[in-house]
Order: sequence, then structure tokens, then C-alpha cells
Amino acid sequence: MSVVDAAQPTAAKKKSDSRFWWYLLRRVGQGLIVILLVTLIVFALLHLAMPDGPATGILGMQATQAQIDAFNKAHGFDLPVWQQYLNFLGQIATGDLGDSFKLNRPVSDAIAQRLPKTLILALISMLVALIIAIPMGIFQAVRRGRTSDYVLTTWNFIVYSTPSFFLGLILVIVFSQSLRILPAQAPQGESVAAVLANPGGLVLPVLTAALSIIATFSRYMRSSTIDNLSEDYVRTARAKGTPVAVVVARHVVRNSLTPVIAMLGYYLPVMFGGMIVVESLFNYPGMGLLFWTSAQTSDYPVLLGCILIIAVATVIGSLLADIIQALLDPRTREELS
Amino acid sequence: MSTPSPTSTVALATRTLSPRQRGVRRFLRNRLAVFGIVTIALFLLFCFVGPLLYPTDQVHTDLRSTMLPPGSPGHPLGTDDVGYDILGRLMAGGQISILIGLAAGVLATVIGTLWGAIAGYVGGIVDTVMMRIVDAAIAIPATFLLLILSAVLRPSVPLMICVIGLVSWLVPARLVRAESISLKSREYVLALRAMGGSHSRAVLKHVVPNTVGTIVVNATFQVADAILLVAYISFLGMGLQKPATDWGAMLTSGMTYTYAGAWWLIFPAGFCIVLTVCAFNSIGDGLRDFFDVKGRAA
Repeated sequence: MSVVDAAQPTAAKKKSDSRFWWYLLRRVGQGLIVILLVTLIVFALLHLAMPDGPATGILGMQATQAQIDAFNKAHGFDLPVWQQYLNFLGQIATGDLGDSFKLNRPVSDAIAQRLPKTLILALISMLVALIIAIPMGIFQAVRRGRTSDYVLTTWNFIVYSTPSFFLGLILVIVFSQSLRILPAQAPQGESVAAVLANPGGLVLPVLTAALSIIATFSRYMRSSTIDNLSEDYVRTARAKGTPVAVVVARHVVRNSLTPVIAMLGYYLPVMFGGMIVVESLFNYPGMGLLFWTSAQTSDYPVLLGCILIIAVATVIGSLLADIIQALLDPRTREELS
Repeated sequence: MSTPSPTSTVALATRTLSPRQRGVRRFLRNRLAVFGIVTIALFLLFCFVGPLLYPTDQVHTDLRSTMLPPGSPGHPLGTDDVGYDILGRLMAGGQISILIGLAAGVLATVIGTLWGAIAGYVGGIVDTVMMRIVDAAIAIPATFLLLILSAVLRPSVPLMICVIGLVSWLVPARLVRAESISLKSREYVLALRAMGGSHSRAVLKHVVPNTVGTIVVNATFQVADAILLVAYISFLGMGLQKPATDWGAMLTSGMTYTYAGAWWLIFPAGFCIVLTVCAFNSIGDGLRDFFDVKGRAA
């Protein structure tokens, strides 16, 4: 900051504000490009994997060449690939995700019915996980190198190295098969309300998802807190006689949370990827299962639609994470602009 | 820590250690990393030498001896639902899991390193385009990509290596790019360029070798993740066709018999996965201390 800026704090503030908005605009533009690239990647992959289009997958092996030609003509698969891609872009630009080949309904309908269920499962799992992982990480950092830290680190290390479907399976064996206190199948209701009406069925899916998230985020929280504990402001506060617990609660937690919150935005694709496993293990009719069945029936439009939705969510998520980080920590705001 | 204490032996006190020797000591002092190395060595012996000492038929089913519990004569770990010997199957499945894991981890590391090194070194519009592609690919969950690819292509070992490698190179690309940016303005790179050395020489002789710490540490974690991904593919029903198998496929087919109480179809394969992945992760942690690089949160 120059001398002039320091002399005129309001002008400096205005300047850094406008730089912040420029940064935001640039990030939104980048996000749009990323989404465009996602559609291109998925489109290219589908065409590399199925050069002749999905016709035989949809119509079956017995389909005659005439039927295949008719299908290809009806869905535009007879056009050159680049033209198919442009048609697809034009279509999604108007908010239309097309019709499913197999489900006899628009893709947006199918996703609108399934997505909320995945979101509610993901949200509850994330909340449960953070409520446990954040205090766990702080506790481990404060008691660094002691037995309790060592035990928790080892535990998280093992959970992190375990496939989540194996974790879920162990939970099912313990709680459903041996103790018989929880159902092994997730709620099957059509709507979110119906799902929430059966909280018992949600316990094991949520626990399975949450255990993996806890293992990841308590590691972040632990190392972030350790970094902050060695900062000068902690030493100053301690030197003034503030008890450790107060220093941690008042100063360290807020500062160490910032990078962890930023991780949340980037964690979204991992989260969605994990949901597909949890959903198929507990037979929970969310978007993961929808994607899984669509992959097996080569239902192009649904596959593209699901990935598009996730990509948009990820771009928005990482944007929000950066903004929240900037709001929480003035230092990053300076770096951004 | 690096200075020998007065009480140590004369030989130690008089010999100054090279940075590499100090690193090796740090690595060996990390008991977890040594555990990792020993575990992987034992698993390699088990999977690749084991079948020579304990030959079993892993191709033909044996419907006269299915679901035998552990301890049955001739089948120390029992048999599965179509009569394969579990101990022998763990070896056969382990070969595939470890082979795919190692190969896919290396493939992802090579692609990611070159991509990141070039993007960071060239900079400008090339860097922007290359890194936006990475951003876009990272926004698609790996399991979703794997599902699309393995649903339409016939699963085989080389295909699974390529598919897993192709979804896993993004993180190393980002890490190497960051290092490459800081390396390209170092004096020795500038000197090479001033003397007429080519760009490709600068990238291959200086940028890539100087990121070797980051690359090796990340490669170890990549192998661990790849072994998990193999298991996920099998769980989602897109794995190799029988009689070929991997630990994930064994675990998944055993899940059908959870309620029959056939724990030996589930836990041996599950523990093999967990132990191997733990071992690779702890080697990664040890190597990170050895190279003194920042990788994953400790």
C-alpha cells in the first residue's frame, strides 16, 4: 500500500473494492469456460466410447439397420459430431436437457426428482461430519504428539484407506445383522419429505458417508490448527496470560477454519462421486443411482445432464469458497486483487 | 535433530551426513513408513511368489466344494460360492489390484507431470487453456467418468489402467505446474536458455528433475488411490469378467452372502485392500518427510 493510499483510507478501500468485483467477474467468466469444457470433455468421451452412437444399446441387438437409421435420424446422430455438439449446446442454452431415451420423460424431470434426495443425504452427512471433524482436528492439534492424537490420527488414516462400501458393509453387519437395531436399506420414498419421515433408514448411509469425510477434514483441520498455533499472535496472547483454551476458542479456531471452508467448495465433486457408492450400497434412489442405471442403458441425455449439473455445482461451489475465504480473511482479499 | 548428540558413538560424531543420508535416516525413523515398505514387500511376495508355493485352480469352478468355511481340509481360508479357494484367490486378485494400482499410478504421474511442467513453463495463454481443462476435468467426479467409460468398453486390465490413469492425473498436474512456475525463472534455467538450450531441454533436464520430490510423493498416494478406484469399479459392477478377479471384485461378490454369515468371503479381501492402501499412504507420508515437500495434510 502506498503512502497516498494510507493517507486516504476511503479511496483505498474503494479501489480494493472495485478490484474485488473485477476479480469476481473474471472468476465467473472462468467458471463459464470450465462448464463449457466439461460439456466438451463428456461429449467427446461418449463419442470415443460409442463411435456408432447409442442406437444398438437403446434398441437392442435385434434392431434392424432401418430401425437404427431411423433412430439416428430422429435424434440427430446422423449429423457430423461437431454439429451434434453445437445442437446440444444450443439446446442446453435454452435450459432444455433433452428427453431420456429409456425413462420416457425429460431429463430435467428425472434429475429434479432425484437430485434433492442426493443433496439432502450429502448435506446431512457433511454437517454430521464437520460437527465431529472440526473439534476433532482442533483437539488433535492442541494435544499434538500425545497418545490421544496418535490414536485419532491412526484411526483416520485407516478409515481414509478403506473403500467406503467396505466401511458401509461393516456398519451393516454390525448394526443391521448382529445388533438388529438399524435397517440396511435406505428410505425408498419418492420425495425428500418421505425420506426424512424415515430417519432410522438414513442413519447408516449418513454414517458411511460421514466417516470418510471426517477422516479427510479432521486431517485438514489438524494441520491448519497446528500452523496457526505457531503464529506470533498466539504467543503474544499466551504471554499476556490468556489460557490456552481461550486463545484457541477466540483466535485460532476462526483463522484455521478459513482454509478448511475453502476446501469444502473443491470437495463437491468428490462428495458426489462418493454418493454414487453410498446410494448403490444402500439402494437409495438418488442421482447417483440414476446415473448408474443410465450408464448401463447408454442413456446419453441423462448422463450428460447429470454431469452438467454436477459441474455447475462444482464451479459455483469453488467460487463461493473463494468468496467466503476472502470475506473471512482480509489477507487473501489483498492477494486476490 | 541433525546435529549428533555428544553421547552418540565416535563414528557418528565425526562423520557429517550428506542431506541424502539424513533423509534416509528421517525416513527410517518414521516407523509407519518402514511398516509400509515391509507390508508392500510381503504382499508382493504373497501375490507373485505365493502361487508357486501354493498352486490353486483359479479358472475352473468346483461346484462340489462351495462355501467351505476356513480351516476345511485343503482350503485354509475356505472356498467361495463357486468353489474357488479363497487363499489362492487372494493371491490372484492381489496380482491384478497391485498391478493396476502401480501402473495407473505411474501413468497418472507421467501425464500429470508433463502437463503441469509444460503449462507452468510456457505460461500465458497455453497455461490458461491447459489449466482450465484441468479445472473442467476435476469438476467431473472420477467415479462418474469411470462408469461412463467402463459401461461401454469391455473391461480388461490394460483398459482399467488407462481409464484410472486418465482420471487421476489432474492433481499431480496442478502440483507440478505450481513448482514449474517458480523453477522457470531460476538462474540455471535462464543460463541454459541463454546458451541456446531448447525449451524441451529446459523442461526435461531442469524443471521435471527439480520437482522429483513432489512427483515421487504424489505418485505413492496416486498408487494408493488407484487401488481404491479399482475396488470401486468392481463394486459398481464394471470390473473384470470372471474368472479374472481383483480384491474389490472378491469383496463385492462376497457381499451377496453377508446374511448367510459367510464372513470369509468379505473380510480377507477387505483387509487386503485396507492394508495395501494404508501401506502405500504411509510410504507416501515417509517420503514426504524425506523430500521435505508439502503434499497432503499430515
